[in-house]
Parts: sequence; structure tokens; C-alpha cells
Amino acid sequence: MGLASMISRQPEVDNTISDPTSRPPLVIGQHDFATVTETVARIPERPRATLAWKVSFAVAASLAAMFIALTGYLFVTGIGIWGNNSPVFWGFPIVNFVFWVGIGHAGTLISAILFLFRQHWRTSINRFAEAMTVFAVVCAGIFPAIHVGRVWYVYWLAPYPNPMGMWPNFRSPLLWDVFAVSTYMTVSVLFWYLGMIPDLATLRDRATRPLPRLLYGLFSLGWSGSARHWHRFEKAYLFLAALATPLVLSVHSVVSFDFAVSLIPGWHTTIFPPYFVAGAIFSGFAMVVTLMVPAREFFGLKELVTLRHLDNMNKFILATSFMVGYAYLIEVFMAWYSGNKYEFFTFLNRALGPYAWAYWTMVICNVAIPQLFWFKKCRTTPWMMWIIAIFVNIGMWFERFVIIVTSLSRDFLPGSWALYKPTIIDFLMLIGSFGIFFTLFLLFCRYLPMVAMAEVKTVLPQAHVHHRHAAEEHAPSELEYAR
Amino acid sequence: MNDNSHSPTKPNSHQPHYVGVVARFGSPADLMAAARQISAAGYRYWDCHTPFPIHGLDRAMKIRPTILPWLVAGAGAMGALGALVLQWWANGVAYPLNISGKPFFSLPANVPIIFELTVLFAALTAFFGAIVLNGLPRLLYPGSTAASFARVTTDAFLVSIEAKDPQFHPERTAEWLRNLGAESVELCPAPEGDTTIPVAIKRGLLVLAVLALLPPLFIALARQHTTETPQEKPRIHIIKDMDFQPKYQTQAVSPLFEDRRAMRPRVPGTVPFDPHWEPPPEGFLTGKIGSDYLTEFPIRVTEEVMRRGRERYDIYCATCHGWTGEAGPYDGMTSRRARARGEATWVPPASLTGQAVREQPVGKIFETITQGIVREGVYSMPPYAVQIPPEDRWAIVLYVRALQRARAPYPEDFQEAAATASTAGRGLIHDEPMNSNLAKDRRP
Repeated sequence: MGLASMISRQPEVDNTISDPTSRPPLVIGQHDFATVTETVARIPERPRATLAWKVSFAVAASLAAMFIALTGYLFVTGIGIWGNNSPVFWGFPIVNFVFWVGIGHAGTLISAILFLFRQHWRTSINRFAEAMTVFAVVCAGIFPAIHVGRVWYVYWLAPYPNPMGMWPNFRSPLLWDVFAVSTYMTVSVLFWYLGMIPDLATLRDRATRPLPRLLYGLFSLGWSGSARHWHRFEKAYLFLAALATPLVLSVHSVVSFDFAVSLIPGWHTTIFPPYFVAGAIFSGFAMVVTLMVPAREFFGLKELVTLRHLDNMNKFILATSFMVGYAYLIEVFMAWYSGNKYEFFTFLNRALGPYAWAYWTMVICNVAIPQLFWFKKCRTTPWMMWIIAIFVNIGMWFERFVIIVTSLSRDFLPGSWALYKPTIIDFLMLIGSFGIFFTLFLLFCRYLPMVAMAEVKTVLPQAHVHHRHAAEEHAPSELEYAR
Repeated sequence: MNDNSHSPTKPNSHQPHYVGVVARFGSPADLMAAARQISAAGYRYWDCHTPFPIHGLDRAMKIRPTILPWLVAGAGAMGALGALVLQWWANGVAYPLNISGKPFFSLPANVPIIFELTVLFAALTAFFGAIVLNGLPRLLYPGSTAASFARVTTDAFLVSIEAKDPQFHPERTAEWLRNLGAESVELCPAPEGDTTIPVAIKRGLLVLAVLALLPPLFIALARQHTTETPQEKPRIHIIKDMDFQPKYQTQAVSPLFEDRRAMRPRVPGTVPFDPHWEPPPEGFLTGKIGSDYLTEFPIRVTEEVMRRGRERYDIYCATCHGWTGEAGPYDGMTSRRARARGEATWVPPASLTGQAVREQPVGKIFETITQGIVREGVYSMPPYAVQIPPEDRWAIVLYVRALQRARAPYPEDFQEAAATASTAGRGLIHDEPMNSNLAKDRRP
């Protein structure tokens, strides 16, 4: 299947115009249940990967391999290979951790919160966003683990009875973080996998080759679409959504406690939890757009993931951009209003000090550039939104850099001030973490159903029973005959 | 669960043996109508199979509400309680960490982990509860041999009725389903071949299960063994880098420096920090001049030194020698515990107030503190030169002298006590040199 032919066969249809008299269709084109399955399932069923996929995978896998090699170098040599040094002991590793864990928030937000609010447009993008969440949390989890120095003692973080008679300090936000991120990882994987079981069964039933049939069969656990099973499945899915909703808000709050519970100026503020959560949703949606725009292009999913979906996500980005911008303003205001000279100095230092370039990059990327989404042209033109989303990704990485590095490099004691100098290894490991992320993501695109087929079918008009209710009530009873 | 209780029966070669019938309906609405009819007709072993959940179908089929919500709620409560108890036990009881004097058990600090574990337990239960209650993973369904079953995960809306249902009759049930509006009806023969799990796999799993018990067994044995004889090292000690740390010892060779000495000489041009530093008096560091022990203190003896000596004695010496320095029942905790445990190598501390030590010159006591006591090549008392600076060692010697004198007073002490009693209210603190009887070494 040629790449160019696929793209040209799928013209962009603008379905973003709202007609108040009728509900706009969530899926465009003449789709029925079979064609939805066909559109999604043919992607993992291709016997050979496309050239574009192979090239992308080769690049991503090389970067991932580089990351793994550098991790080995780190274990053997020690964290001196990074630029972390007094007073900035939390350099790139923690910046990257917060960046990735923030990205991992949109998936669960789309899956769980929009599910609870019955936002049916989520069905086309939730699988994709959940996968992105899981892979982003994988990247996020690596950094604090390798940041502990003696990584072979990382299991000491776990509370388990041991012959040393030691227990971790449960009053430390760093331990809350361990629990929050690992719980989030577990629940995200469960949520992702539970929703995927019916679709894996579809792939199993369609598989023609023995190995895919065996593997999809194994992981679909013998799903038969039984109504009794659907009954419990839907309950479980609802519970996972209801549990994941407060969880997703708690995880980045707990991450923000790592900073807010300390006494460093610029960190010790009560706005941090909501500010971090808004930033996480902001960056997560930007990453979904970054990945979704090329994916729907290359894999022919334009009728399922329509411009309306992208338009909705861009509105989310615009809204959360405002929240983030508001947090930037309030932080500065509170620093001045509190009368705390250290606090106010920190913000002056951020805006005018040696890291002013990072601060203004952050402000421009996160607050100024997303304002373009006021224009409908920008919200509905894939290449434009892709570029804006890339800027948001950059801006959100810099936000974490600004928070962590500026506060640490100049705190209370001018005598201990020093600038942070990342090493080449720091940069390579940042790039390498993208390699890990994209390797996993490309494998997902190649072998798993990218769109939740069963869920998309429920939002097709044909799935609605109500149109035929009248006929049902008057159907002749066959009771007597059966007896 | 009635949908899971089916067991395939052996096919009969003479007449076709059916496990059930599968009917395919054209739309969710048709399926829903049929489901109402089948449910009303009183069928028990039947099910609908759909590519996506159809809302209202569970009501039409009269599916009883699942127990899952209760399981999830229970697991969530368990998670909350478990997290609370874990944190209370770990930080409040088993391993109290003093952090800036904050309370060991503080509920607000425990809320995040209580929340996380509530969610974790509830989510795991929601997932595995749904899987287990659905009887998954599962290989075969009564209708899965039907051709239309292959499309059930794509676009087929099926009804399956099992042969074991009391109302099932192959032809009549099929005909009835056709009249309900089924597009096609298939009778499903029992699957061919053996559908049970091969014996070899069962045995293999059994062997694996037994083998999996070995590691915990070894750990249990190791624990049993080591709890009998106390060990110096932790029982399970995988990584040894806390025992063998890369560091330079005194006088070691280092390739880092040109002179290959790990100890660095004083930086040229630097001077001692204390401008009033003077060489210490003779015998101050060793307790003796030549081979003669000092009989008088080489420091100025004051009330302040006495207080310092008492404080240092209570820190370093009282753990073995006891608060009064007397042997026997007044020993310190370490000694008492060693005796209670019947430690074979333990040498009980000498009485500091007994005649033997009373008769030692101060220099000798100082030397004992400095060098420890070696008996048969083993320290029966460790040297304290590293922990206690010389001034403090002299202060301790002074306090030991005071303890001795409290135990065996001089006659004039009684006169002085009487004088003190007559001038009640006289302050004890004075910076005058104390009674020269004490400062001087005077044997009774």
C-alpha cells in the first residue's frame, strides 16, 4: 500500500461546523461495523511494514539502544557523568522525569475524565492516547530510578520487611512519588489493556497466520463478546475510569509536592498542585496532537480521527495554555505580594537572570504561541497544529527546566550560587528517552489496534437500538411455539 | 455463573450431538427484541454475543447485577486501611525517624499513600475481578464452532442457546429462533478432537509449581539457621559495596598524586588555626613521663572540668561500667545484656571504685582509656583515643577519681560535709581550684 496513494485517497473533510439542530457524526464517511474493523485492523495485519515505518523504527530503536548503553555507562561510572553538581543536584534527570510524567497525563484524562463526562468523541483517540500515556510513564519512571546513584539499592524504596530493620520514610514526598507513579503506571496499563481485550479478540478472529493468531488469542483471553461478559467489562471499565480520574489529578499533584513541600524559593507555593496538573494536561494534549497528526495521515485513519477530534484537542490546549499562563502570573504576583524577598528575587532572577532565555522560551512557547488556536484555520489545519504542538512540547520541557534549575542554582545563600552546566551525556539521554518512547510507540502502531474499534462502533448511528423500539414492542410472541 | 458451567460432552458417532444453537441477527435492535423473547420464554443457559456493548441488553436478558462493585469497594477499603496501618507501623512503631522533631505518626503526611493504595487495590480488583468473574481466560464456548462466531468481534449479533438448557431441542429451538427474526441459525456440533488440556502439560505445570516452592523454602531454611546463632552481618546481603567502600586508608598509596601518597601534606604557607596554641604539658598525651605515670593532673582542675568529665563518662564509659563505676549489679546496660545473653567472650568490666583502680595513679587510668586493655591478644576494653580527645580523657579521669572518693571518702570529707551542712544554701559552683586532695593523687 503506497504511502502517497493512501494520503491522496483520503481527503481532509471539515466536519467542525456545528449545526445546533443535529448532533454531528463522530465518524465520517460511509462506515458500518465491518468497515470500522477493516480500517483499523488492516494496519496490524499488513504482512510487511511500510518503508516509512521501518526507517522511523530504525532511528527510534538506535536512539533507544544509545539510551540503554548510556544507562550502563552511568551504572558503571556513577552520576558524575551528568552535570548535576552543587547546588543543582536535580538537573536533567528530574526535568525529564517531570516532563515525561506530565505527557503521560493526557491519555488517562481522555480515557477516564472524558469517559465519565460521556464525551463520545474520545472513542477515536483514547486507545492512542492511553498507549502514549503508558510509554511516557515508562520513560518517566526510568529517570528517578537511575538518579538514585546506587541504582542497585533502588528496591530499598519499597516498604518490605528486611533484616536491616529499616523502613522508608512515609512522610517524604519522594516516597509519595514512588507510590503515585507506580500506581499510575499500573492503573494506566490495566485500563489500556482492559479496553483492548475486545479489539485483540477481533484481531484474533481475523488473523490468518498462526503466530499472530496464537499471540492475539493469548492476550485476548478467549473473549467472545458475550453480553454477560460485556456487562462486567463495562462495570470494570467504569470503575477504572472513576478511579483513574482522581488518580490522574493526584499523580502530578504528588510530583509537585516534591517541590512544594520543600523550602526552596520558587518551589514552596500552594499553587503548585493545580499548576502542575494543568501543565500536564497541556503538554499531554500537545503530545497527542504531535503523534496523531502524522499517524492518521500515514495509517489512513482520517475518517475515524476527524478534524473535529483535532479541533477539540486544540481547544483543550488553548484552555490549558491559559491556565498555565495564569499560574505564571500568579506565581510572580504572590512572590511580590507575600513580601518574601527570597521568593521575589527568585522570580526576578528567572525573568532577568542567567536563565532568562529559558524563562522567555517557556512563556513564548506555552502562552504566546498557543494563542494561534483562536484562529479556526490553525485548529483545523494539520500541519499548523502540529507545529504549534511541537512548540508546546518544547515550552513545557523548559517550564520544568526553569522551575528546577533556576530555583536551585540561586537560593538563600549567595555564597553557594552556581550555574548548572549539563554535559553531553545529559543531552544524549534526553534524546535517548525519546528513542525509548518512539520505539514503543511504533511497535504499538504496527502490532496493536490503534483505535478502539468496539468503542467506535458504539457511537455509529447503526448501534442505536432506539430507532426500532416501536417495532419491537409489537413483534408477535413466539412463546407458545417454543413450548 | 451459568455461562461458564458448560462442559463439552463426547461426540456420538451415530447421531449428531449438538452443544448448542447459534442464531445471527441483523441489528442490535433485532437482537434486543429476540433477547426479550428468549428471556421471557424461560431459557437459562443462553447468551448474546456482540461486537460492542449494547446498552439495555443486560436488562432485556435479565442479567443479575454483578457483585463487582462490592468487591471493588472492599478492596479500596482494604487498601486504605492497609496503607494507614503500614505507615503507622513502619514510621510510628518499628522504625521511628526523628525529622525536625515532627511527630512520628502524622495522619496528614500519610494521606497521599493512603489514597494511592486505595486506588491501586480497587483498580486491580476491578480488572482481575472482571476477568475472573467472566471466567477468562477461556478456550471454547458452546457456540464457538459455528461459522458466524468468527464475525462476532466484527459485526455479528448472535444468540447462543446451550444444549444443556432443559428447553433445548435441536430442531424446534432452531425453528423458533428463525421465527424470532434470525438471519441464520446454525446447530453447533460438539468440537472434534480432545478439548481437554494434555496430561503432559498438566504434569509440567505441577513440576513447575513444586520447583517454585524451592526458593522460599531455602530462604526459610536460611532464616531458621541464622536465627539460632547470632550473625554480625544481615542475613541476606547481596550487594557488598557498603562493606567494601573504595577509600584510601592512612599511609596508603594513591596513583592520583605525583608523590603517590594518599595522605596529603599540609599546604605550604598555611599556619595552625589557633593563634594561642602551645605545646601540651609533658605527659598530657600519654599519661606518663618516661616510664613513670603521672600522679598529678597535667590540666587545671576546675568545677567545669569535673562537669565535663561527668558528661563524657556518662556517654562513653557508663554503658559498660555503669553510672557509679562499680562492678557487679551496677554495671551498664551493655554489660548487663551481655551477661544476660551469656556471651562466652564477654569480659565483665572492672570495678572503677575498687581498691585496684583506686590505687592506680591518674596517668595509668589515662593510659587505660587511651589504649584499652588487651587480654590474650583481644581487646577486653577497646581504646578510646580515637573517640575522646586528650582533654576529655583527663576530665573523665577526674570524674572517676570523684566516683572513687564518693565510694571511699577521706576522713576530712566528713568534716567538710558537716561544714557544708551548717552553711546551707552555699552555692556549689565556684571556679576556684578544687580541694587539692582531689587534684593531687593521694593514695589512702
